Amino acid sequence: MSDVAIGAGKPLPDVTEEARVGRRRGVIARLLRQRSAVVGLLLLGFLVLVALLADVLATHDPIKVLLGVEPGIRPRTPPCVHLLGCTASLPEHILGLDGNGRDEYSRLIFGTRVSLFIGFVTVFGAILIGTVIGAVAGYAGGRTDNILMRLMDMLLAFPALLLALVIVTVLGKGLINAMVAVAIVSIPVYARVMRASVLSIRELDYVTAARALGDSPMSILLRRVVPNSLTPLIVQATLGIGTAVLEVAALSFLGLAAQAPTAEWGTMIGNERNQLFTAPWLILAPGVALTITVLAFNLLGDGLRDALDPRLSG
Amino acid sequence: MSPTFVFFLLGVPGVAGAPSVTWDRPPVIRFVVRRLLISIPVIFGVVFIVFLLSRIVPGDPCVAALGEHANPKSCEAFNARIGLGLPILPFVSKSGSDYSLTADPGSITNNQFFVYLGDLAHGDLGTSVKHGKPVTELLFERLPTTIELTFYALLFAIVVGVTLGIVAASRHNSKRDVLSMMFANLGVSIPVFVLGLMLAYAFGVLLKDTPFSLPPSGRLSAGFRFDTIPEAWGMTGLTGVPRGILDFLSNMYTINGLVTGQFGLFVEAIRHLILPAIALGTIPMAIIARMTRSSLLDVLGREYVRTAEAKGLRPRLVLFRHGLRNALLPVVTVIGLSVASLLSGAVLTETIFGLTGIGLTVFESISARDYVVIQGMALLVALIYVVVNLITDVSYGLLDPRVRVS
Repeated sequence: MSDVAIGAGKPLPDVTEEARVGRRRGVIARLLRQRSAVVGLLLLGFLVLVALLADVLATHDPIKVLLGVEPGIRPRTPPCVHLLGCTASLPEHILGLDGNGRDEYSRLIFGTRVSLFIGFVTVFGAILIGTVIGAVAGYAGGRTDNILMRLMDMLLAFPALLLALVIVTVLGKGLINAMVAVAIVSIPVYARVMRASVLSIRELDYVTAARALGDSPMSILLRRVVPNSLTPLIVQATLGIGTAVLEVAALSFLGLAAQAPTAEWGTMIGNERNQLFTAPWLILAPGVALTITVLAFNLLGDGLRDALDPRLSG
Repeated sequence: MSPTFVFFLLGVPGVAGAPSVTWDRPPVIRFVVRRLLISIPVIFGVVFIVFLLSRIVPGDPCVAALGEHANPKSCEAFNARIGLGLPILPFVSKSGSDYSLTADPGSITNNQFFVYLGDLAHGDLGTSVKHGKPVTELLFERLPTTIELTFYALLFAIVVGVTLGIVAASRHNSKRDVLSMMFANLGVSIPVFVLGLMLAYAFGVLLKDTPFSLPPSGRLSAGFRFDTIPEAWGMTGLTGVPRGILDFLSNMYTINGLVTGQFGLFVEAIRHLILPAIALGTIPMAIIARMTRSSLLDVLGREYVRTAEAKGLRPRLVLFRHGLRNALLPVVTVIGLSVASLLSGAVLTETIFGLTGIGLTVFESISARDYVVIQGMALLVALIYVVVNLITDVSYGLLDPRVRVS
């Protein structure tokens, strides 16, 4: 099968458009044979749908304080659904109200948008910088390679969340700063993947040929090297999004990332953690949402790895 | 360290001064020494990063470090301590947030980084603003809790993870394989703080009046009295380092309970550790389970396993003696790597369960803007992590001769 060559670090000859489509179909077909990947895809599809339709699905403004606006409202009012027997005189709130009298369900729905945004943007940033570092290190070799990769080793010498935490304390709290910190912490992973790919193809005949033909290093990197390193990058990025969501949520939980009233799941849990014994649903709901999101990316990442690169599968 | 000495240790031949006995040195020692030398630059890098992070803060470093506790008097002492006014690094000076190169040769030895290194060499990590005592003292008091917590979390992760992996791999693609792996997938995906809070709610509230009730916070029940090790052994007169070691051990309540025979203390401490250890250990447990399964499946497909089966050995014997023994090598690496997730998770777990260890100290320091403490703790944790990685690599090399050769 020709598609085994993807990610095997072997050169792919210039192929016709037809063959390219065929190969892509092969990957998708194999992906769909993976049970975990299908579950991951379904969960992710559901989350994307919720994020896109947040305005329609939400019943209230996620950041509007309803105290004094609706009658009979207290902070942390338990869930009230009229269909399930809640008195019609009380206003309907599917997941109740949070400590500031905001609608928990609407915050949960809008939180999907925030979490997916965090995951994609953080990982995109990390990939952008990581691949540049990895490509430069791999292509330049020698001292440049040594210095860059030792720098990456130093970043890897810290437990990720802890380093992110220290960086946030330097940059100051806030969602964007936390995302920057988590991105910085995950740069080494992408740099290593990219460097390994560059090293595996740098000396191959067709790259030498391209160089002999006078292709610039930039063009060789973009046209020969990057396409061949996409497989491990995609797998790594999918798993990385789950990790990024988890780490930013943890920073939010500690009060360092998203600040109230932003509807972010980690912040929602952090703000109500002392009310665990009186209002557990305020922690359970965003907790389950967070777990599902991370699970979706983990399952999809594992499935992609098995489908794209059978040699890596465990 | 002279280059010749390094080459001597590394066993590079042909270098003046390197004796020919180098090649007779057992490869194990050479491997261990080489691995030790590799970790020196990493440790240096860790120190350098922590230093840089504390100094690249825009604006007044004193205000950044002391926060709302900064006043002219405390700042004067702080600035004198960190050597403000000196170049920040050799040939690099900083004023405000502007960096410039200096040609001053004096800056090679006389700079803020070297002042910082000097302080470190004296065990001086600065003074906590919030607690009003040296960071090293704070570390000494709170490290035992974290060590105890991570130990039991790791124990849980290894025992449950390896068992789950064996259960899954012994019947590939069976219902119990799928179920175990679903459980493992859920385990890696659930955030530590969500799991911790849910466990606290389940065992502290829902099961409150049942025999399964477990305390949802603290290290011991309020008002629980016990003797420290020096008290129990009648060595209260002891001072200095031996006393320090005994106090340190006393602070690990399960050890204290065991060595002094206070079994009430041991049981009490364990009961308080079960929930945090499960919360903290679940992610590593899931990773270990997946690794054990895939590694075991790989080994069980080998020819020597088929041979063992063909000659009529009992399946259990084949699974454990031929399979598991060979499959556990990659698991060792994963266990080493999972220490990072344990150390990170400790911040969250200790915060949730109110355990006064390194993690909770970090959390408290964030709210109190006690940055000196955060930096000290980060440095300590990173160093622990480097050492754990070192031990993992070395033990891997000892277990698998192929690693040392390559």
